[in-house]
Amino acid sequence: MTDLSQPVAAAESEAQPAGVAPPLWLLAELTYRCPLHCVFCYNPVNYTDHSSELDTAQWIDVLREARALGAAQLGFSGGEPLLRDDLEVLVSEARKLGFYTNLITSGIGLTDKRLDALKDAGLDHIQLSFQDSTQELNDFLSSTRTFELKKRVAEAIKAHGFPMVLNCVLHRYNLPHVDKIIDMALAMGAEYLELANTQYYGWAHTNRAQLMPTAEQLKEAEAVVERYRREIGERCRIFFVVPDYFERRPKRCMNGWGSVFLGIAPDGAALPCHTARSLPGLTFPNVRDMSLREIWYESDAFNRFRGFDWMKEPCRSCDEKTIDLGGCRCQAYLLTQDPANADPVCDKSPHHESVIRVVRAAAAREANEQPVLFRNDANSRRLAATHDDDDPTQGTRK
Amino acid sequence: MTESAMNENEAHRPKLRKLFRLQWEPAQDAHVLLYPEGMVKLNQSAAQILLRCDGTRELPAIVADLEQAFNATGLDADVRAFIAGAQSRGWLE
Repeated sequence: MTDLSQPVAAAESEAQPAGVAPPLWLLAELTYRCPLHCVFCYNPVNYTDHSSELDTAQWIDVLREARALGAAQLGFSGGEPLLRDDLEVLVSEARKLGFYTNLITSGIGLTDKRLDALKDAGLDHIQLSFQDSTQELNDFLSSTRTFELKKRVAEAIKAHGFPMVLNCVLHRYNLPHVDKIIDMALAMGAEYLELANTQYYGWAHTNRAQLMPTAEQLKEAEAVVERYRREIGERCRIFFVVPDYFERRPKRCMNGWGSVFLGIAPDGAALPCHTARSLPGLTFPNVRDMSLREIWYESDAFNRFRGFDWMKEPCRSCDEKTIDLGGCRCQAYLLTQDPANADPVCDKSPHHESVIRVVRAAAAREANEQPVLFRNDANSRRLAATHDDDDPTQGTRK
Repeated sequence: MTESAMNENEAHRPKLRKLFRLQWEPAQDAHVLLYPEGMVKLNQSAAQILLRCDGTRELPAIVADLEQAFNATGLDADVRAFIAGAQSRGWLE
């Protein structure tokens, strides 16, 4: 799975209109089911509590309503979206509606037959995830034996003429392999390579102590990326998503709450960001009960952190608030227990020390002895059952 | 630029890379360029140039077509500059 929490798009006019702008980016998380069990997955740790899935007709309604609102980009994600056998039907409908359609997949289940069908349906692009450039680490991190299969799938994607973006989530274990990961992307003919440093939500937050890299690892990896960028030019564009724990200012998360991103979870819950389910005190509207227009423009959940009125100090009076919009609400909650606080990545936050501590612990490698927790149904049920409202590390509330 | 490079440039027929799709977006009241997980909103002149980068026309033909369509002259330098920029951003083949 990938993290898409960076601003999508960037329409060239940056100015925010006075009112609420329409959504641009619809993420359809078709299912939480997944053949992989990645330790850094951003899905809610209690995803097994939300296992009822929208049916084909309900998804088609979502696509039509979102397109009518103005959404132009559509990601089919999950979980593994290929586990839905109506994926081709949904892609076809989406393409007819005028969406740019992105399939975000592990590649497991992407047979030649399905590639043919997706091509016929008009799919625009496939983003394929790898966990590493080596079979050992790829297979360990996903708790599967999938590396060789993924390599064959990458070839098949190119053979079918799809633009391909390779995505690899980075962390302590694979940062030293960045050169090999880039070589792999080049050899596979990927148009873009997204090197996404782990963002610590969901399962990644649970495994944070094990995944957190050191500052030296990051510095070296960035230097490698820079060197490749100079050498390869336009052949493959490399994105390097910086891990924000190492920054002093927070990211402009989702380009603003309820600003461009509209996520629909497998059960129909509408989310202003991928990981919003972890936030307390918010009831997320469901497409089964409410129109998307009402959800986007009128629901409490989507309006809660729009604009600046919700901010507390130090954000409220900060002259940089229009740049980063206070950072990430989920991170503020996970690290300070209050989603309206400043994202503690910011060194103006009184909680910034909590971020520093995590980075220091990683440097001291205090955490290596703990086992990682794989994303699977048994672990999810256990985490959901032992869920404690006072413990934000346990992720999503029921 | 050498003469042969110049000739090669003149003979080139710019075309959007297959990663990109150009379309009219009513909600934006503008043409946009869509690509994996991203979108660029185009102003009118950018859109009119890119609409003609369809792989069938050489650069001088694109300029002539635009000058005719907009009843203008002297667009050559602007169009060339835009196309060079679009190439460096990876939009065009």
